[in-house]
Amino acid sequence: MFDDFFIRALVAGIGIAFVTGPLGCFVVWRRLSYFGDTLAHSALLGVTIAYTLEFNIAVSIFITSSIIALILVKLEKKTNLPGDALLGLLAHSSLAVGLVAIGFLTFIRFDIMGLLFGDILAVTTDDLLTIWIGGALILLVLKLIWKPLFASTVNYELAEAEGLNPDRAKAIFTILMAAIIAISIKMVGLLLITGMLIIPTAMARNLSDNPQKMVIFSIIGGLLSVFIGLFSSLEFNTPSGPSIVAAALVLFIFSLFKIKQTIQLKN
Amino acid sequence: MSIENNILVKLNEVGFQQNKKWLVKGVSLQVERGKIVTLIGPNGSGKSTTAKIALGIYKNIEGQVEKFTNNIGYVPQKISIDWTLPLRVKDFMLLTDNLKDDALDEALTLTGVKHLKDKNLGNLSGGEFQRVLLARAISKKPELLVLDEPVQGVDFTGEIALYELIKKISEKLNCGILLISHDLHTVMTATDHVVCLNGHVCCSGSPKDVARNNEYKALFGEQASQTLSVYEHKHDHEHSNDGEIKKN
Repeated sequence: MFDDFFIRALVAGIGIAFVTGPLGCFVVWRRLSYFGDTLAHSALLGVTIAYTLEFNIAVSIFITSSIIALILVKLEKKTNLPGDALLGLLAHSSLAVGLVAIGFLTFIRFDIMGLLFGDILAVTTDDLLTIWIGGALILLVLKLIWKPLFASTVNYELAEAEGLNPDRAKAIFTILMAAIIAISIKMVGLLLITGMLIIPTAMARNLSDNPQKMVIFSIIGGLLSVFIGLFSSLEFNTPSGPSIVAAALVLFIFSLFKIKQTIQLKN
Repeated sequence: MSIENNILVKLNEVGFQQNKKWLVKGVSLQVERGKIVTLIGPNGSGKSTTAKIALGIYKNIEGQVEKFTNNIGYVPQKISIDWTLPLRVKDFMLLTDNLKDDALDEALTLTGVKHLKDKNLGNLSGGEFQRVLLARAISKKPELLVLDEPVQGVDFTGEIALYELIKKISEKLNCGILLISHDLHTVMTATDHVVCLNGHVCCSGSPKDVARNNEYKALFGEQASQTLSVYEHKHDHEHSNDGEIKKN
């Protein structure tokens, strides 16, 4: 059944959408979209390391992105630069170093476009295992830290005062971010992963009045984006990542009409 | 909890500095089960800082904090809910604890905002929001309640009713309460022990003692001991830039 590349891509996309939905909510609530971008950019470095050392790509990306996240935390404490400047510094320098490293690896033929924008043809049966097992683990851990993470998203001091250990939850969440990037990079591409995280969630925000609803709607939005995006990618021979994100954008635009309605009802 | 004397939290000569400036220094106090301790003092005197030290929010502190309970309810002074997070009152009530629906209803009824249960937090008025904050803190039946200006934005009659409620809660739950207020007059009846702060402990004792105390009068003005508090900052001592007391 997984012989057909398109079925594989579809199954991979469904797995990714289930994870990006809930994680994306926290990215939006905690204002981490630029942080997600930085981790995704650093993934390129992870890919080159994987090729050089002949290592599993997902594991390599996961480790590189986690290290970049750690460096960020250290820099935030050690320098007087604002957070967004540090994020930009790390995002672009790790992307640049990754591209330079690829230039040196002349003995390997790289599909740079595939890395940046995703490639459905590249999804193998092994990738499916990585996505579904990795994804299930991410969701399980997220469920375990949900209470402290959510409470500290609303108010850090409340969570700390009432004994929920928000710092640990935050650290674990950072690792989960690195993990989702590692498993979804082949499919969505490193430039567009943040789009997959925040656009279905932004759509969900327009449709929800409570956090649970927002999580469910952003999963549904992600799933619809994957279906529409992949079918149009097949139909029009467009790269998979941009097609999925463009589909998410269309859904977001539709969701704006719902807001307009609610505002009119209120007036 | 410590068995002999019912102490829930004990601060011993604690201090906290930020950017090389002491926000508070040398503060000792304790909150016992069934007792209400009130912190008063002018703006910037370190009331909230002291509460945050007691709660363990500030970690690099001087001195010791001994806590004998982990069941704590907290009403912070400032809390802003981001519009990106859709949150109803009932979602907020379950923020740190998994409560049964009737515990939730009971707390919301006590503070008089049960009708707001399904409302979005962003649509509440300041006074309503304050009542929801208080309801959330008491709903889990804590052993220690820390209330940082819990009645701000509440109208005057509501304010008195809420202080009466706080008094009632401390009796009913037999919990200790650390209350922060800038207005001694309204909390007079609802407190057992007052600590007057101004970067350090200026004076402490029963509400009446403190109101008569000269340092308190110097800090809040003469009328304060009879009528409402006035923010006059007259000192019998001076502070150096890092918050230390200058010896005259």
